[in-house]
Amino acid sequence: MPALTLDPRRYVGRLTLASTSHVGRISYLVVEMFRGLREWKVWVPRAFELTQSVGYGSLFIVLLTAAFAGAVTSLQAGYQFTASIPVYFAAGVIVESIILELGPVLTALILAGRIGARYAAELGTMRVTEQIDALESLGRSSVSHLILPRVIAGTLVLPVLVVFADIVGIASGWLAARSALDITYADFVFGARYFFRPWDAWYSLIKSFFFGLAITVVPCYVGFTTQQGAEGVGRSTTAAVVSSSVLVLFLDVVLAKLLLE
Amino acid sequence: MIELTGVCKRFGDQMVLDGVNFDVRKGETVALLGPSGVGKSVLLKHINGLLQPDSGEVVVDGLKVRHISRRELSELRSRIGYVFQNGALFDSETVYENVKLGITDDACASDDNYCRDRVKQCLELVNLPVDTASKYPSELSGGMRKRVGIARAIAGRPSYLLYDEPTSGLDPVNADIIDALVGKLQEELGVTSIMVTHDVRGAFRVADRLALLHEGKIKAMGTQEEFMGSKDEAVKEFLERDFDMTRSWFEFEATRSASPQH
Repeated sequence: MPALTLDPRRYVGRLTLASTSHVGRISYLVVEMFRGLREWKVWVPRAFELTQSVGYGSLFIVLLTAAFAGAVTSLQAGYQFTASIPVYFAAGVIVESIILELGPVLTALILAGRIGARYAAELGTMRVTEQIDALESLGRSSVSHLILPRVIAGTLVLPVLVVFADIVGIASGWLAARSALDITYADFVFGARYFFRPWDAWYSLIKSFFFGLAITVVPCYVGFTTQQGAEGVGRSTTAAVVSSSVLVLFLDVVLAKLLLE
Repeated sequence: MIELTGVCKRFGDQMVLDGVNFDVRKGETVALLGPSGVGKSVLLKHINGLLQPDSGEVVVDGLKVRHISRRELSELRSRIGYVFQNGALFDSETVYENVKLGITDDACASDDNYCRDRVKQCLELVNLPVDTASKYPSELSGGMRKRVGIARAIAGRPSYLLYDEPTSGLDPVNADIIDALVGKLQEELGVTSIMVTHDVRGAFRVADRLALLHEGKIKAMGTQEEFMGSKDEAVKEFLERDFDMTRSWFEFEATRSASPQH
């Protein structure tokens, strides 16, 4: 039996090659998606259907998470803020935390798990059962039929869900702040307005748009390139959720650096 | 006409096709034989551009598949019906929607009356009851799924039909039904067909010519008699496995031809 050896140079080389290959293939897929936009008669109806199913299907869990996130932020603010700090500061912290960070990031992470897994499993199954080959053998574009509707639906739905998440998060934050901080409605509104800038809302929406792309393009790519049967579909589903979640966190830092400085 | 010249295809370290030369003339049915995993389906997928060769040339109707534009490839694919091994039906859509997707002409596909009539015709051609149209693939048996796959492949009135193991996984009765169907479609539609199979008996029933793919190369290609008389060791070995069955078939055919009813 040959001895197992770990050659770090070979490992790094293979990793670099694989990463470069993935980046190249995702770029090719994106170019194909732009080309496929011309076939709007194919993808618009499917995107519309998916937007409804993804939007309605995700609404409950997104709002539930936003409500808990808002409440916990308030309770922690109540724990940290002492009498020396004006209480309306807490309202600013709660509202800004939800709009700038918690609303978009938590919603994106939930959807990465929910629709990212779904997209990767659907496309992966279609790949291993040759349904994608069948579609292409009929002279149809698999990108226009399968990928574009999913990407557009997810990318449009995420900002809308983030708006709902922000509203519910702030409302629950206010309800929790009333008991934790003994803050009045007037103080809460004053604090929120004092720190809020219209750009913050735009920033939240811009972020959620990019997050929407990340949690749809990556799972679609991973599902589309699935190999090796049922086990491959399982691997793709896990890889899709993990990689799109990591990409969301990475984009969060990059966008904060680019848009907030 | 379909012509493959010196086609090579490698997956990783494994050379699957190693200089394949293969041709199919207009209107004939060719059976491509070979043991499982030898690369028969890979070869078939080169013909409609689902796979591209590492080297060599695939020419269909004078078009070099590797070099044609996206639009030409799409048009070419609409002239080639492909029957997948496991049907490859879209499982979230009904049989009607599956077969309708096979109508590759956009003007026809957007005409609801045409689609209804064409789907009905195709289901009747493959001996399926019309009420199958409203069912989902998961509600059908293996043989019925294969026939729906064939109905989808012929819905666009193709000039070529490529069958990828149409009888694999079926019991002998259903395999015979599918073989008979392949012959019937050949007669009624006049299409040029390639049938990938490892079922020698079925191949002898429907094919005008046979070819054996072995170790990445076409070892023999010719009429049934030429194929049976091949001196190639791989061909002999492959036929030996089914020798009794093949000989019985020859004897049966000879008896049938000599019979006054025929």
